[in-house]
Amino acid sequence: MPSFVITEKCDGCKAQDKTACQYICPHDLMTLDREKMKAYNQEPEQCWECYNCVKICPQQAIEVRGYADYIPLGGSVIPLRGTDSIMWTIKFRNGALKRFKFPIRMTAEGSVDPYKGLPQADYSKIKNPGYFCYEAKKQ
Amino acid sequence: MEKESCTFSYCQKPQVVEHETDFLIVGGGMAACGAAFEASAWANPKKIKITMVDKAATDRSGAVAMGLSAINTYMGGNKVEDYVKYVRGDLMGIIREDLVYDLGRHVDDSVHKFEEWGLPIWKKGDDGFSLDGFQAKDAGKKMLKDAADDAEREKLVVRSGKWQVMINGESYKVIVAEAAKKALETNRAATGVAQNHFERVFITRLLLDANKPNTIAGAIGFSTRENKVYIFRAKAVLLVPGGCVNVFRPRSIGEGMGRTWFPVWNSGSGYAMGAQAGAELVQMENRFVPARFKDGYGPVGAWFLFFKAKATDANKDDYCANKEYLDDAKKKYGKYAEGVLGTAMRNHLMMEAMIRGKGPIMMWTNEAMDAISKQFKGKLGDKEGAKKVKHLEAEAWEDFLDMTIGQAGMWAANNIEPDKVPSEIIPSEPYFLGSHAGCAGFWVSGPGDIPGAPKEWFWGYNRMSTVNGLFMGGDTCGASGHKFSSGSHAEGRIAGKTAIAYILDNMNFKPTIKEKVDDLIVEMYLPFEIFEKYKTYTTSPNHISVNPNFIKPDQFQKRLMKIADEYFGGCGTWFKTSKSMLEEGLKKLQLLKEDANKLAASNLHELLRCWENCHRVLTAEAHARHILFREESRYPGYYYRADKDFIDDGNWMCFSVSKYNMAADKWEFRKVPYVQIFK
Repeated sequence: MPSFVITEKCDGCKAQDKTACQYICPHDLMTLDREKMKAYNQEPEQCWECYNCVKICPQQAIEVRGYADYIPLGGSVIPLRGTDSIMWTIKFRNGALKRFKFPIRMTAEGSVDPYKGLPQADYSKIKNPGYFCYEAKKQ
Repeated sequence: MEKESCTFSYCQKPQVVEHETDFLIVGGGMAACGAAFEASAWANPKKIKITMVDKAATDRSGAVAMGLSAINTYMGGNKVEDYVKYVRGDLMGIIREDLVYDLGRHVDDSVHKFEEWGLPIWKKGDDGFSLDGFQAKDAGKKMLKDAADDAEREKLVVRSGKWQVMINGESYKVIVAEAAKKALETNRAATGVAQNHFERVFITRLLLDANKPNTIAGAIGFSTRENKVYIFRAKAVLLVPGGCVNVFRPRSIGEGMGRTWFPVWNSGSGYAMGAQAGAELVQMENRFVPARFKDGYGPVGAWFLFFKAKATDANKDDYCANKEYLDDAKKKYGKYAEGVLGTAMRNHLMMEAMIRGKGPIMMWTNEAMDAISKQFKGKLGDKEGAKKVKHLEAEAWEDFLDMTIGQAGMWAANNIEPDKVPSEIIPSEPYFLGSHAGCAGFWVSGPGDIPGAPKEWFWGYNRMSTVNGLFMGGDTCGASGHKFSSGSHAEGRIAGKTAIAYILDNMNFKPTIKEKVDDLIVEMYLPFEIFEKYKTYTTSPNHISVNPNFIKPDQFQKRLMKIADEYFGGCGTWFKTSKSMLEEGLKKLQLLKEDANKLAASNLHELLRCWENCHRVLTAEAHARHILFREESRYPGYYYRADKDFIDDGNWMCFSVSKYNMAADKWEFRKVPYVQIFK
């Protein structure tokens, strides 16, 4: 299911240095056509349909069309990712619709304080099992 | 054939950026993020510098980039020893039990941290039904870290199998990456280094030290965004760029080529670069062929374990209980075809049915949902029961939407509602990994404190490879699978900690690069030079690229896939190969290796693909040579030596360890005895 960019909706992330989809694609697929100032998927046969470009696009300009080699046309799966949950709309080829909403995180984005309340590393234990903040289980 | 060289006569010379650090993390996935978190805690007070280099954006890089619907390794109330036995059983008896035990005794802390950082973990409601992250919080369920003991934790979590806990994992990687990025930030503050997290930089080669033999000194790579080459000098390196995908021709060869089961961006960079540096590999004959929903690759684990769905052949026979297949399997594979069957053996039996004309294999999702619906309604009455069934249906869809969204699209486009019709499953194609149900990777030092482990399995630093200062984790740490996401994070932490111990023991070591850096840059940029030199020779536009002077990376990859599929036992031959086929394939692979010198790239994206595919080729070679070395079929269902179609514990109950000599382009093999630590 390679991602595709809807011409009318894409604004090339307003000519910033890089687009959001370019920034996020784990496989370096999304790129910007600098003449048209529109993004596109430059190598659809290497697309893992991870939907990260779809989820991050501020214009909701990116969707996914089922892989041409085995997916019949007409269905769609569209996410709307918020700060703590995600909404999914699934459209079947026969028009049936399903909607789901799932939690995605319990803390505010950017609020992780990884060492808060944890002890300092004890160097006398650096070659023992366990982490700086955890004793390995003993059985 | 004349060799090509780069003199920068046609392409532009890159800017060279040199970066000094102490601990270099190559990769950005779960193991890398675990290492950044743990190592920073040990490094900061000592002002030890840490640097992470990721070819993608760490928020969404690695195997967890899409998300996950479960954490597959969590001990909770289970015994670590039982985890070792389960991994051993699934990996056909040959694992490093010291490594697996070590992972098991550490992994729960990573899961507790994920939850603390914000990952929603399902909890069991008072009525026995599952609660998602929000519902659990509203119901006042404790966080795992706050539970009194493991027995209480075991009661809190929702198990889909003995070792799995269910999560709402769409943002799993984003959350774990946030902690890692914050950890790297604390390291910048402690050391005064301006930048220690490089995204969109692809490492092509590890660098060895000029003075100390067999010792790591750093790595070299290029930016995929600008014309820059990076040279990193480091006292220790953790090599965690994932496993390897798209070596074998996948079942879909058009647009769907990228819709692989494991993420397609796993390019074997770890296996190739570690081997080139001289680190010993282990069990590279191992591969994983996941049986998944056909074409969409949706997970079947929750359907089998959580929803109790059955899979059968077209005659509705349970192929795993078929006497004919089992008797035949017992003759060839002995005890491995008895008792609790491992994943490989279940694949084998599935294919037995298919080969006998009893395909397709169907997963009866509808019957499972029907049984659950009856059970719920019987227990709770029609109205309440129906509500719970609806919740369960959402859970089934979430299983896909969290981690294999395309499967949801596949069902929608085919009008498949899982509660109404069954779905086809199939063994897909081979993948190399050390984190999931596979055990390919490097031969590393164990923790050294597990009674019964041979003393040769410990050489000072846990998870260090046979190259001094080069550490492994996740997919690159071999003979120890079933780590999954949490275990990879936990192993990255173990390796990150011992890497800092290694650095503290070698504080005066000044890494000096042995290789001539200018030569490496010339080699790295050669595909640009070749493309610019010859691009006008034919009328072919770039996206077609028929040119006798070069090969584009996608063409190169298709050649690799054809060789692997036809000669090394891909899905095209039902995973069967033999000594003669392997040898023939290796000859073709040698020519492909030579043609790597003719790879051409028209832009940085294609340069990335050129180098990824060079890494894939060496991974494929290691795999083929390992299968050739091991004269038996250790993993039936994953691959068969058709000329040695049996398991031979008498001769092959051992690890196969290989070492690549890059300068001579030669491989050496040795057997290392397997030792059972946990009876």
